[in-house]
Amino acid sequence: MSKNIKLMQGNEAVAEGAVIAGCDFFAGYPITPSSEVAEILSNKLPKIGKVFLQMEDEIAALGAVLGAALGGAKAITASSGPGMSLKQEHIGYASMCEIPCVIVNVMRGGPSTGLPTLPAQSDIMQAKWGTHGDHAIIAITPSSVNESLYETIRAFNLAVKYRTPVLLLTDEIIGHMREKVVIPDKNEVEIIDVKLPDVPPEKYNPYNYTSGKVTPLAPMGEGYRYHVTGLIHGETGFPSQKTDVIQNAQNWLIDKIYKNIKDIEKFEEFQTGDADILVVAYGSTSRSVRQAISMARAAGIKVGMFRPITIWPFPEEQISNLSKKIKKVLVVEMNMGQIILEVQRAACGSKVYGLHVANGEPITPDQIFAKIKEVSEN
Amino acid sequence: MIKTKFNYDYYLRKNTLPHIWCPGCGDGIILKALLRAIHKCGYSKDEVVITSGIGCASRLPGYVDFNTIHTTHGRALTFAIGMKMYKPKLKVITISGDGDALAIGGNHFIHAARRNIDMTLIVFNNYTYGMTGGQYSPTQPLDSFATTTPFGSIEPPFDVCSLAQAAGATWVGRSTSYHAVQLEKFMVGALTHPGFSVLDVITNCHISYGRRNKMKSPVEMIKYQKEKAVPARSAENMSPEELAGRFKTGVLFETKDKPEFCGEYHKKLELLKTK
Repeated sequence: MSKNIKLMQGNEAVAEGAVIAGCDFFAGYPITPSSEVAEILSNKLPKIGKVFLQMEDEIAALGAVLGAALGGAKAITASSGPGMSLKQEHIGYASMCEIPCVIVNVMRGGPSTGLPTLPAQSDIMQAKWGTHGDHAIIAITPSSVNESLYETIRAFNLAVKYRTPVLLLTDEIIGHMREKVVIPDKNEVEIIDVKLPDVPPEKYNPYNYTSGKVTPLAPMGEGYRYHVTGLIHGETGFPSQKTDVIQNAQNWLIDKIYKNIKDIEKFEEFQTGDADILVVAYGSTSRSVRQAISMARAAGIKVGMFRPITIWPFPEEQISNLSKKIKKVLVVEMNMGQIILEVQRAACGSKVYGLHVANGEPITPDQIFAKIKEVSEN
Repeated sequence: MIKTKFNYDYYLRKNTLPHIWCPGCGDGIILKALLRAIHKCGYSKDEVVITSGIGCASRLPGYVDFNTIHTTHGRALTFAIGMKMYKPKLKVITISGDGDALAIGGNHFIHAARRNIDMTLIVFNNYTYGMTGGQYSPTQPLDSFATTTPFGSIEPPFDVCSLAQAAGATWVGRSTSYHAVQLEKFMVGALTHPGFSVLDVITNCHISYGRRNKMKSPVEMIKYQKEKAVPARSAENMSPEELAGRFKTGVLFETKDKPEFCGEYHKKLELLKTK
């Protein structure tokens, strides 16, 4: 069978992946560099009987996504820096009420209006900590156009499976560049669908904090009448201020992600077997790192790369294990120093160096090679 | 279609009671009118979705046995739109206070009206942020007092109904928590109207608003509603001076000429199918 191969843009691949994943609903607000996701879905979704909405603002866009998701839709929105700041309110609501949704952040430089439209990776910590209150989040950092498509599908799956917002963090480089994509048939990829609960309505509780299993979110309007609130709530969904209920709810929001980290994590190790230096990089930056590694190896420096694909929850265990045998770790990222803080925490015992460039340009292989040389001589 | 005799208990989640509202609050009267109206319309409990924002009024959904979503401050209409567009057969109602609907949610209010989507917004308009202690709201009358207008308000208030009509809502009405029978009737009108309907309900917060404005008991505030309400038809023959400090009640605007957004969208989907 001949493969369906296309040349497409990263934002287009996200839209394509969403459709393959069974996306029913998009709501967004215009912002670069994510606009193409909305533009493409405004064309694709109506043709397959699905809903596309352009809302009055970023907050409304995620609100509409969550409303549709409570109706059982697989729903997605896309934005960038300033829009992501506004979306934090509803990311918190989605976390608290355990509503599945996918939020694409095509990262651009910040703070504030920042750099429209130049790349950055400066929303990594915002992805984890942006909304107020304790919660866990899943965030994914694809590094190619092809990966953007497949990771969008995975993002939908994880959102439904763990009833959580999932952030897909691409950046202006990945979002706008064009590459080869192998488009899968629907039966070639795993697709997790929204299901009705396996108990009758009178026995249904929309939440379960203690069994360790994620309760399916019953689509509203199908006979399962329940209450959803952003107030801390018990398993019935109604607000509670009982200390044990509060603590159970808080634990659950974190445990349901971290206790399933083996299922959620995804990473790539590149030439780490014999490496003396480990580079940690993600997203578009990892592409320059790959080139820098071959330059370094040609110069006789043994370098490997660890590339988180799921960046939150952070792959602490892998970094920790690698750092036991590789004593020098270099973190390369297009920001002023974010994921390096996690690496320092996980790679105790190794010396951690950073290459942080936040000037609106991709970090080049030459810059990285120069830094690798410096690290190797240290 | 429900043909059974009306019974409040059938619609209430009695295990979530007592409610949080203060004794004498008007919100309970509006809740009861809403239940009677829903029953009159014949909607099943499964087909009704109620979204609300944040504030006293927005606690209403917790007490009623429908599909209920207590959302974020001001954003209830956005959830409602998402739900309605994805499941057009559902009957979507939004409950909001004056601060919720018109201050923090003002943008969503005007855009829901502009779209003319088949949903109903009921504004519990008590001129104040009751839950946070009585700060001034965008509907608080000029010269009145709040915890944040200790010297009297100098901000002109919004007229909820004029704003809704100007923004494109196709059914606009006003009643009060005193006019409980009329309220129910208007709610039926709003719920059955095929477009975006806005019902402004003047209600009392004697605790946070009344006490600071010489109406410290619910009775005084209910009297205020009775005396200041002017039926729209009577208002036609009154001078601006006579109308000062009063508000019009009635179905103030209604049209079926404007296309309804959700229906138009799904019509377009049908057209695309045949292409």
